Amino acid sequence: MRLENFLSNRKSAILNRWFDRTIETYPEETARFLKSKKNRFANPVGHILSQELESIMEGLIKGIDLNTIRPCLDNIIRIRAVQEISASQAVAFIFLLKQIIREELEQEIQENRIGKELLELETRIDELTLLSFDIFMQCREKIYDLKANEINKRTVRLLQRAKLVVEDTPETAPNQF
Amino acid sequence: MADIKVPSPDELSQIKHSPPLLKGWMSTPTVIKPGTYCYGAQPKNLEAVGFPNARPWNPLDADWKLPDNWKTIIIEGIRERISRFRSFHIFMDICVRCGACADKCHFFIGSGDPKNMPVLRAELLRSVYRREFTTAGKIFRKMVGARDLTEEVVKEWWSYFFQCTECRRCSVFCPYGIDTAEVTIIARELLNLLGLNIDWIAGPVANCFRKGNHLGIEPHAFKDMMDFFLDEIEGITGIRPEPTFNRKGAEILFITPSGDVFADPGTFTCMGYLMLFHQLGLDYTWSTYASEGGNFGFFTSHEMMKRLNSKMYAEAKRLGVKWILGGECGHMWRVVNQYMETMNGPVDFLEEPVSPITGTRFENASVTKMVHLVEFTADLIRNGKLKLDPSRNDHLTVTFHDSCNTARGMGFFEEPRYVLQSVCNNFFEMPEGTIREQTFCCGSGSGLNAGENMELRMRGGFPRANAVKYVQEKHGVNMLANICAIDRAALSTLMEYWAPEVGVTGLHELVANALIIDGEIERTTNLRGEPLGGETEEETEE
Repeated sequence: MRLENFLSNRKSAILNRWFDRTIETYPEETARFLKSKKNRFANPVGHILSQELESIMEGLIKGIDLNTIRPCLDNIIRIRAVQEISASQAVAFIFLLKQIIREELEQEIQENRIGKELLELETRIDELTLLSFDIFMQCREKIYDLKANEINKRTVRLLQRAKLVVEDTPETAPNQF
Repeated sequence: MADIKVPSPDELSQIKHSPPLLKGWMSTPTVIKPGTYCYGAQPKNLEAVGFPNARPWNPLDADWKLPDNWKTIIIEGIRERISRFRSFHIFMDICVRCGACADKCHFFIGSGDPKNMPVLRAELLRSVYRREFTTAGKIFRKMVGARDLTEEVVKEWWSYFFQCTECRRCSVFCPYGIDTAEVTIIARELLNLLGLNIDWIAGPVANCFRKGNHLGIEPHAFKDMMDFFLDEIEGITGIRPEPTFNRKGAEILFITPSGDVFADPGTFTCMGYLMLFHQLGLDYTWSTYASEGGNFGFFTSHEMMKRLNSKMYAEAKRLGVKWILGGECGHMWRVVNQYMETMNGPVDFLEEPVSPITGTRFENASVTKMVHLVEFTADLIRNGKLKLDPSRNDHLTVTFHDSCNTARGMGFFEEPRYVLQSVCNNFFEMPEGTIREQTFCCGSGSGLNAGENMELRMRGGFPRANAVKYVQEKHGVNMLANICAIDRAALSTLMEYWAPEVGVTGLHELVANALIIDGEIERTTNLRGEPLGGETEEETEE
């Protein structure tokens, strides 16, 4: 429980550093934009990043089930999965948290007050990283699905008319929702 | 036009004239990666319309097989366009790089790539303009932002000018009124001189030129598809409309994007047109030759745009109609409203459009002789000419996406909302700053709705989707209405990625669902075969 207190006290410092380090992967001008604009519609990437990083950290501190953090991770990774970055870069922001916490709590660690709790937290962060990779893959697979589905949608009517495919039932037609 | 706000001297003085951006961009190489570019134009599609340098090429190859004199072609191409288009000349000179446009582009917001800032994207071309056409640029070179024209520069142009959808959102924020879309238009023209187009544009252009529509569908297949719609309509309403094709002497020629005829969910919108016209008893005809409202020529060159636009008017003349009614399309209306008069006008063989149902004279269309269907329908509703049961759309909670071309290109804001609110009971606007003149693009306009550049499209469409997701979570929105064929196709895919469970519809699909047709049987489903109405008002979310 000690770690939870330390983290809660330093929450805003840790979050600021986490956000800054995450956006360091973008070019300088872009990082400046992501940080400066507060409007969630004018700057959706910056907004989602700052909001969800906070939710993830809160979840970690409070020991919430990782699956409840999943939508927060999804919101971030869904963006990074289509940006000009590699798979490793897309999920690397999670690892940054370990380093930042170690830096922020350097004194407490040296005084050997939170060693075991910290190890447990870092294990959870590792689990979070694995979850992130699952989400990343799901997003990428979705992109491939979308490509295939579009081709299907463009031609399905013609194929139906030419009697080259069986008619879709309402349950399986591509545009049902 | 009276509403245009000219910046005051005070406001202009607030602009920082020190370039906030552009640091080191010239030395940042452009990398063309799968997922972010469209396939190069196939030679057969360039040859079909006489475009230059038709040859097989792959953007991932080092050698793009440019003609030997490519440099001269570009320089002379710029020179010619500077003399032809005063706007282009001015836009090359007057940008002060204040950066007001920088963060307004959906591609920049979604990608984080600084070269997608409109100011920097235009700078890719301006830098060459300075080097070749300004004294300062010739002497001081890099110091004044000038650079040599190299093959790498051409590749960079190709990459980034096909990452702009010409949506003009940036121009709304430019204190000097620079229309960056026009810079993209000219840059694409220049690239086209070297045979550097994309096949997603070149293919539809060739098809449209030869067969009348982007998909290259021939008359019998076009009519066959309509018959299919008639079967569906008859099954749902018990009424079988009787549209005519290529009928001489009809009062009105109706032209819509071919996407409405062949691609879901536009097909449901097309059924909506057929049902509305049937109920009105409209004296109109379809054409299987002018069977395309869209104009991808607009994304290649002014000349090609003119050639494709002219077929609509040639067909109207051949059939002897009085005026043209146009379906739900986006860039078709920008072409018609912005360029038509000087391109193919005057259209003295047609009459100023008058609604045969209400008698309303569409003075706004006195030059083009072409009325947008949404204006036409709004007028019908305003005059009480339609019997509507909006409760048939009660299973839908709808928001409206302003298409860039109709909104920013035509100032078309109220009519679609008026129609929408007349045919459905649950409507919620997306937040300010994301609609009307500040609407966010679908990310796939101007010929970029190919499949191979899906990642790019998802980035570009993210700001739009983000606003949709907000109203989805806040109000339970489950349907995104719009009046553009590219939107209908592109937004469907965009929603699947960013806001699953939100469907996409054309406005006239909703109109037709609500429309009470004389003599119809009791409807049990909507045009998609879903039960009508559904449970009403059962939102458990806040």
